[in-house]
Amino acid sequence: MTDTVITHPDNHEPTSFSADELGWLPWLQPLAEADLTEQHWAGLVDKSRAKSEYFMLLAHDPEVLGARTRTDKDIFYNTKGGLPRAERELAAAAVSRLNGCIFCASVHARFAIHHLKRADEVTVLLDEGIPSPLRGRNGAVVSAAAALSQTPPGFSAANAASLLDTGFDVQEQVDLVLSAAFFNWANRLMLSIGEPTPAAALV
Amino acid sequence: MTTLIDRLVGIDPGSPLDSSFAARSEARGQAERSYQLLLHPVDAGAVSLLERHAVAAFVAVLHDQPETREHYRALLERSDTGGIAAVVLREAEGARANGPYGRFPKGPLSVEDRVGLIYRVASEVRAVLGDRLSAALEQAHLLVLHPRDASQAGLQGLLDAGWTTTGIVVLSQLVAFLSFQIRVVSGLRAVAAAAVSHRATTAIPA
Repeated sequence: MTDTVITHPDNHEPTSFSADELGWLPWLQPLAEADLTEQHWAGLVDKSRAKSEYFMLLAHDPEVLGARTRTDKDIFYNTKGGLPRAERELAAAAVSRLNGCIFCASVHARFAIHHLKRADEVTVLLDEGIPSPLRGRNGAVVSAAAALSQTPPGFSAANAASLLDTGFDVQEQVDLVLSAAFFNWANRLMLSIGEPTPAAALV
Repeated sequence: MTTLIDRLVGIDPGSPLDSSFAARSEARGQAERSYQLLLHPVDAGAVSLLERHAVAAFVAVLHDQPETREHYRALLERSDTGGIAAVVLREAEGARANGPYGRFPKGPLSVEDRVGLIYRVASEVRAVLGDRLSAALEQAHLLVLHPRDASQAGLQGLLDAGWTTTGIVVLSQLVAFLSFQIRVVSGLRAVAAAAVSHRATTAIPA
């Protein structure tokens, strides 16, 4: 069998950032549920991920997918101390905004809004982008995440010292570095093997 | 646990950074496992060890962080049976740029489009590296510096050069993972440096 690229001529890719629930279409053939071995299921980590074409495409290398997902979960969902969930999600949304992953930004903007219990600052991030006019802790999270996400990375000891002065302790800074760095992984995966679809396409 | 990230950051055992990273021990361990699976696979499968190490060295030079750059240069030189290391490193050096840049889907975000270097392997270099590795370096450059320009045409180019679906997934994971790992090393080094100088300053009685 010759591998081929899948095209979606009828899809109208979203042209702006939002917190809407978007869809996603793969550019290469994902695995089918019937093809999955024990190793694939282990790589998917959660059974429900077999319903996602994104994870089923990544399941072509199941062990790496499993390690990726377990890294992701600990960075974002391990709430034993450290950076509040809201700020981890805000970092993820900021990196996605900078790199231009409209799908990733929409997911993590929603999570950030949920945990912040307010939408205004996330809306400013999505609308205005980077550099961000946000101030205070949220502004510090966004600018540190964006600095680390430049290539070459631009998060310096001076940036870390200024975070310390703003009240981010070492644990919080470690979580911020991990959250922002992880989205440099996630954005590049998502952008490289498929495209987003508008919210309306889901129904 | 001593991981590559620990070694390249130079985390002092028992330091505040060590205990903070230990609080995320699953991420620490799974990041190391990702590194082992992608760079030191038991069965290289769809992407050869030399291809993995060549792409990694190329990506590390583009990020220009001394510790990771040196690590991946040495890794490539050790596995370089084809005499390509010097060529790959020279290509990376000449392809450095400041990212991220690229275009958005045509619309309101087009005002944010930023042009930048589109890296193509010259034909005389392609003759040395081969079509497969040349296509991989072009894709790696795009994903590191202007990921929002990724396209189906790019994937078609990889397929035409002999890549498979699984190979492309591995290549995407490799470049994306390195974009993470290099930033963790760089970011934690900055955190460590700031914490040390902060302690030194606050230790002086006023």
